[in-house]
Amino acid sequence: MSVSETRLLFRHIDDPELATIDGYKRYGGYRALERAFKEMDPEDLLNEFEESGLRGRGGAGFPMGKKGSFLPRGDMEKYLACNADESEPGAFKDRELMLKNPHQLVEGCALASLAVGATYAFIFIRGEYWEVADVLDRAVAEAYEAGYLGKNILGTGKRVELVVHRGAGAYICGEETALLDALEGKRGNPRLKPPFPAIEGLYGGPTLINNVETLSNLRHIVLNGAEWYKGFGTEQSPGTKVVSVSGHVQRPGNYEIELGIPARDIIYGLAGGPPEGRRVKAWFPGGSSAPVLTEAELDLPYSFESLAEAGSMLGSGSIIVADETVSIPELALRTARFYHHESCGKCTPCREGTNWTVKMLERVVRGEATPMDLDIIAGVQENIIGNCLCVLGDSMAMPVGAMVRKFRHEFEETIERARESGPAPLDQSPADLPLTAGVAQ
Amino acid sequence: MSAEFNQPPHLLRPTDELTAEERRELIASMRPTDAEGVPELHEVDVPDELREEIETAMSKYPQLRSAAIPALWAVQRRYGWCTPEGIRQAAAVMGVTPAYLQSVASFYDLFRTQPIGRRRVLVCTNISCWLRGGDELLRSFCEAAGVDHHEAGHGGGTSEDGEFFISNFECLGACDIAPMASIDERYYGPLTGEDALAAIEQLRAGQEPLPGKAMSERPAAGGPEPDPDPRVAEAEQK
Repeated sequence: MSVSETRLLFRHIDDPELATIDGYKRYGGYRALERAFKEMDPEDLLNEFEESGLRGRGGAGFPMGKKGSFLPRGDMEKYLACNADESEPGAFKDRELMLKNPHQLVEGCALASLAVGATYAFIFIRGEYWEVADVLDRAVAEAYEAGYLGKNILGTGKRVELVVHRGAGAYICGEETALLDALEGKRGNPRLKPPFPAIEGLYGGPTLINNVETLSNLRHIVLNGAEWYKGFGTEQSPGTKVVSVSGHVQRPGNYEIELGIPARDIIYGLAGGPPEGRRVKAWFPGGSSAPVLTEAELDLPYSFESLAEAGSMLGSGSIIVADETVSIPELALRTARFYHHESCGKCTPCREGTNWTVKMLERVVRGEATPMDLDIIAGVQENIIGNCLCVLGDSMAMPVGAMVRKFRHEFEETIERARESGPAPLDQSPADLPLTAGVAQ
Repeated sequence: MSAEFNQPPHLLRPTDELTAEERRELIASMRPTDAEGVPELHEVDVPDELREEIETAMSKYPQLRSAAIPALWAVQRRYGWCTPEGIRQAAAVMGVTPAYLQSVASFYDLFRTQPIGRRRVLVCTNISCWLRGGDELLRSFCEAAGVDHHEAGHGGGTSEDGEFFISNFECLGACDIAPMASIDERYYGPLTGEDALAAIEQLRAGQEPLPGKAMSERPAAGGPEPDPDPRVAEAEQK
């Protein structure tokens, strides 16, 4: 099967010159910024983004232009925050985008800032991406020097300051309001919404928050127009998507595809599928927060609407494949442990629910559980969903709930087998669960 | 549980039976002696370089407090971890209390609030790396470096000679090179047990670890640049 990528953001990605401002400009870089700042009305710019139908590429898939239009008009201090905190298990697309084409993001930040009237833009990049942040720092310095950022961009009198802000290791800071708290110099705890960041965000001011990939799309929309952009993808999911594929596949990596192609084309056609002779058992279509799908669902179109209809989500566009050698209860445990570690601790259903879920799953894997425990696990997930300030708890509850539902027989078999043969050793004993982020060390 | 166990005598009586005088004495005796307010710059010996780094960070943000994480990074880079004295220095420059910065530091996984080994190895044990041998890789690193495996799996452990800090870690965003590790803030993968051993030996010998396995040198998974989609090609002609 021969499937090819549809490269837009990834065009010329492996040309090392692309990361330099001269190389970037040789490929047409900053032409969009020049046109937008010199010739376009910010309102028209925002309309173009809205017309394009571009949906957020960070996980929620909310229409970018519509979100931008929520910011109040007028002369006041407004902010742009680029969410480069990419920490969703299975996601590594923003890493490659920023490492190899940093100017595409810088230009996107300037364009989004112009559209909503933001004068300060921040790229909040996860602390673990040290090498990537160094590349970004250099690109930002180059852009300032060339007059594409600063107090007086290209002599237009318009101002955009761009600050690269490194995080320090917390998945929760990818949640937009926790990101704002972290950016304000605090512990990264989410806030209650409403008020939404568009009205009351960073430092209490109107703030637009967008993912790296979302912003990287903007220059293409400015140069070629919303109509051209809508020519890619589906009606509800226009454009291309950089998809991170990992797990049991022969060629893990980032692949840029047109939204709407069958998932099978991505997993097998591009990433080579599981090793010879092995079959897909379960796959996360949108990072570890997405309910798992099975082999029977591989032909689903890879789009926001299609995966939502199937009871899962496209999310950040990160596919993790587990083949038949995997024990689903162990996969569920590994998934739950991540959320338990990353829970900030603010809300009880998440802080306690992730803790209990890990402990119960450990009992399942160790052979100390009964089938009734499966109902309790399912019940705990229900009590988490929708009951917290943010969706980190939901992000554990949805995939774990789906695994227990779709692979119930395997959970029951695991419980039975382990009870007969005695408890199995765990790599981590329950009494020594690592503390959640947010609890003093 | 015995009421007399470890209780100071004045707490054995209900507080509403105390006189105002006794209550004042009680409170004065409990006031912490080490809680510090905002340290003044003239009272704290802050290295010039550190002060400049932090002040540069502060000047970039509309509000100074945003420099908390950059300041803690500066402290950790300088001292190897977020030392109490380093935190106090940063607090003096920023005009906040040391307790405030301590609370921020304790939240984030990359800030160390205790001393650790000189070389820092973070081994991802999240889903995609687990599927491809991340647990075994962690064990290999521990064996090679002489770090207690149980400690490494619970927030990190340091070898007896103080040379290596090995820790499990959550998804580092490098699932394409699973199983992988971050060594001194650079990503390497995919790694075998032999690679782990080789890396430790190379680090001991003062060499760059694992040539050829650096993430930053890897081309995109799709291989050489494919022919452009006709719509993209057309747009590029204009």
